[in-house]
Amino acid sequence: MSRMDPVGKMMYSLGISMRGILYFYMWEPEEIFPEKGTKGGKRMEEILRVENLRKTFVLSKKQQRLEKTKEKTRKAVDGISFASYRGEVFGLLGPNGAGKTTTLRMLATLIRPDEGDAFIEGISVRQDPAGVRERIGFLTSELKLEEFFTPNYLFDFFSELHNVDPETRDRRKKELFSKFGVDEFAEVKVADLSTGMKQKVSLVISIVHDPDIIIFDEPTNGLDVLTARVVTDFLLDLKKEGKSILVSTHIFSLVEKICDRIGIIINGKMVLCDTLENVTKGGSLEDRFFEIYRETAGEWK
Amino acid sequence: MSNRENKAGRQSRSRNIWAVAKKEFARFFRDPKMVFGTLLLPGLLIYVMYSIMGDGIMNQFVSEETEPVSVYVENEPASLKEAIGSLSFQLLSGEDKTSEELKQEVQEKDADLYVVFPENFDGQVEAYDSQTAAEPAPNVEIYYNSASPASQTAYQTMTEVLDQYESHLANKFDVNNGQSGNVYDMATKEDVTGQVFSMLLPMLMMIFLFTGCMAVAPESIAGEKERGTIATLLVTPIRRSDLAIGKVLSLSVISLLSGVSSFLGTMLSLPKLMGASSSGMDASVYQISDYVLLLAVILVSVLIIVSLISIVSAYSRSVKEANTAIVPLMVVVMFIGITSMFGNGAPENPLLYCIPLYNSVQSMNGIFSFQYNPVHIGITLLSNLIWTGILIYVITRMFNSEKVMFSK
Repeated sequence: MSRMDPVGKMMYSLGISMRGILYFYMWEPEEIFPEKGTKGGKRMEEILRVENLRKTFVLSKKQQRLEKTKEKTRKAVDGISFASYRGEVFGLLGPNGAGKTTTLRMLATLIRPDEGDAFIEGISVRQDPAGVRERIGFLTSELKLEEFFTPNYLFDFFSELHNVDPETRDRRKKELFSKFGVDEFAEVKVADLSTGMKQKVSLVISIVHDPDIIIFDEPTNGLDVLTARVVTDFLLDLKKEGKSILVSTHIFSLVEKICDRIGIIINGKMVLCDTLENVTKGGSLEDRFFEIYRETAGEWK
Repeated sequence: MSNRENKAGRQSRSRNIWAVAKKEFARFFRDPKMVFGTLLLPGLLIYVMYSIMGDGIMNQFVSEETEPVSVYVENEPASLKEAIGSLSFQLLSGEDKTSEELKQEVQEKDADLYVVFPENFDGQVEAYDSQTAAEPAPNVEIYYNSASPASQTAYQTMTEVLDQYESHLANKFDVNNGQSGNVYDMATKEDVTGQVFSMLLPMLMMIFLFTGCMAVAPESIAGEKERGTIATLLVTPIRRSDLAIGKVLSLSVISLLSGVSSFLGTMLSLPKLMGASSSGMDASVYQISDYVLLLAVILVSVLIIVSLISIVSAYSRSVKEANTAIVPLMVVVMFIGITSMFGNGAPENPLLYCIPLYNSVQSMNGIFSFQYNPVHIGITLLSNLIWTGILIYVITRMFNSEKVMFSK
């Protein structure tokens, strides 16, 4: 280049500049996140990105006593980062107290991260929690329905809060109630429903607004086998519809059945995040999990 | 943001507030037990209770007046024969009984009164000069039983007759003897009603409003926390402030209805309790404008009380804990309520009308006693609305606080 004549130098500089200008115009905002997933060699659209989330809880005297610790705080989530892509089911796997629920609660904007941020369809949970809530469906066994009301009333009520117009609401209600058999007890008070029926109503209500991203925290926790099956089928249906699902669980069979990718959380840290195939390497997920657990946290008692 | 987006945002917010309020109304009005227990029962109970109490008191007086009172009179003087005879006493002869036996009868309530005049009472009275006498005055002994209302009343009547006789002996002048037919008490029916109502009703209203709020607010906020249903609301896109406003407004309307029920019960039965015919009280002395002002004051008071109870409820983890935590607040409200019983009417200092709840009590005091100042009422309404705004802001902050909403 040093031997290039002045015209050549000028043309070279112009070329570099043009490339820069073209690059600038072709740059897309989502490329702010460099990590891209691939499926069958095809790039996938990132729908959720979690960046270095941290959450520390102050322990009450009672909690200190129960946990037999003198520490006044506990790191529930310690710098977790991962991404999830449109149309995939991402499973957060980990033992109780690992930080799965806290992570999902931060994503659902029920609690605020101490550090880090998460973006759902590019919207920050810290900056615009209401915007995030518009885009997600969130369900946990800790969320309950008012027992005084009927499924029909609750569906209408939550549709109104999600700003669903009456026409869409009625169409969706008919569709979902019929799909899950809720129409059989649509006018029965929630208090008079069985656990399975209640869970069906909760599932239906969590997606009144037809969200693209659905976050489920331990969806089969404490359910009998029949109800758990309803939930699993529901998740598979949503997956078929192309919804993006983030699910936390410690049930290996559920993960193997529905998840495309998994993240293993132990002691508030993400110790592994990859596709299910890459994690299991053709073996059992349960064996692989305990192997990872042993490597990370040592032998369990 | 454009005007159209602003308008759409406002519409969405008001729709959300209305949705939350509608749910609270549905929760309340679809439950017949709640409607009966919170809206109908308080007014009905107060009306029935006060009416029965009023009738009971009246009956007591009537029975004492109509039933003959049995009286033994020993050494009855000629000068008092006519006066004692004119009383509705049944005079019994106790000649064959000893003094001790007659006292025993009064003690056992077989007789109501045993009156013993000294022998030659008239002579002794005539001879007695209070200026020069070295001995004590002639003494009339009246044995009665204070545990028996009839005996107690008979004692008072007899004492009055004897006092009048004593006054008559040295009569120099009379006070309001009534012979001219003049009415000396210049108080109007409004004054009498206003005085009693302004003393009692502000305190009663505060208690009624507080209990009305207590019946619904802890259940709606602490109850939702306890049952885990509030978290279901918090994961929807609704703003926390809209949730707080929706709850406070709907609970205020329900509490207001409960307060109005208690108020009507009180207004209709209080004259009966106080003895309408004898006390000259009449609840109809108030004008429509008085009731409108009163309703406005009650409404802003309810907003404050509901907001305060909502804050306590949001801090509590269960309805039980909330109800326990609310008790000190109720004591404070009752204490503020009784300030209407002291002092000389509503205060003149306008700054005092900026103190929440105290301003409501004093404004009610002014309205009931027909001595309200419109400026004071205006300050009360405005300041209470501002206080409500501040309290709703606090509730919103609490709904936003994970520490408060998800504490275990």
